[in-house]
Amino acid sequence: MEWMVWTVPTTIFFSTIAAMLAGMTMWEVVSPTVERKGFLPISTTRGDRLFIGLLSAGYIHLLVVGFTPLSIWLALGASVLWLLILMRWG
Amino acid sequence: MNKVYDNKAWWLILPMLVLVAFSAIIPLMTVVNYSVQDVFDANTRFFTGTEWFAQMLNDPTLQAALLRQFAFSMTVLAIEVPLGIGIALIMPKKGWQASVVLILVTLPLLIPWNVVGSIWQIFTRGDIGLMGWGLRELGYGYNITRSTVDAWGTIILMDVWHWTPLIALLCYSGLRSIPEAYYQAARIDRASKWSVFRYIQLPKLTNVLVIGVLLRFMHSFMIYAEPFVLTGGGPGSSTTFLSQSLTTMAIGQQDLGPSAAFSLIYFLIILLVSWVFYTAIMNMQKEKQEEGI
Repeated sequence: MEWMVWTVPTTIFFSTIAAMLAGMTMWEVVSPTVERKGFLPISTTRGDRLFIGLLSAGYIHLLVVGFTPLSIWLALGASVLWLLILMRWG
Repeated sequence: MNKVYDNKAWWLILPMLVLVAFSAIIPLMTVVNYSVQDVFDANTRFFTGTEWFAQMLNDPTLQAALLRQFAFSMTVLAIEVPLGIGIALIMPKKGWQASVVLILVTLPLLIPWNVVGSIWQIFTRGDIGLMGWGLRELGYGYNITRSTVDAWGTIILMDVWHWTPLIALLCYSGLRSIPEAYYQAARIDRASKWSVFRYIQLPKLTNVLVIGVLLRFMHSFMIYAEPFVLTGGGPGSSTTFLSQSLTTMAIGQQDLGPSAAFSLIYFLIILLVSWVFYTAIMNMQKEKQEEGI
């Protein structure tokens, strides 16, 4: 795997994503998701909300990194908070 | 209500998953790894963190290319979708005419991208190209290597010529799947042509249009060979689209770190736009079903 030029941060990143997908699969097996409507304008399943959360997390990071002097950890914190809010009330 | 779903069939997609892992997921992971480093060779590399991303997001040439890309994609979609529906509506449905028209409409789709570029490059030349020569004879100083308007117009015309058939074919198949009974009912109600289109044909076309719009958006957003062959990105950089900027950076200058960061930004944009299109159109349909239309 040397040609893939892995680094510690990217390894953690992909492991987290993989763990999330595995966790969502387990959760789905234990208690299947019910499509519902929260504060988002569309009705969503659990997986939809995770996808929306991750996609918006990508944009939050790009905004912070590209156009503000703020730390990337702040972007990460905001993204995690946003993801939790989205999963619970979205 | 306790319906048990048998999900064993999901194992059948395993071979596909392996294939996609090799062709897309693992390369994409490598791109992510490259985007946070400055890689010189297998043993010499430095961790740069978010530096490339900040640099790419603030690069004025890339910002301009991105805006140009959006302008191009929206323009071709706005022309090709209505035009494709229109062509599908007037295509003959029976007999030998149907076959002949189908073949004629499909022809542009069979031509490879770079060949399309070459065809139009010659077609628009002032000395030997029919269109270039014709326009010049008519008194219009047509020149795609000098005029931005001419270059843009020609690229859009080329894309419309190449890809409207795709929308037309999709819509044609969608129209063919509408049962005759719907039209009979409409005739009994003395529905106008417009109402037949608005309330029978268009709703039945939604599914194929979703696919058509998504395919056309993704295709046009990564357009490369045609403008590259036709105008080479010029005049100046007025037709340099995103993929061409990216290729110049990655292959031409071997700046792997910045190009990886740029590819990921590109990827996120495509992902967002495609998801918004898909969700919006699917949601419109769901609401319609709930209202019982």
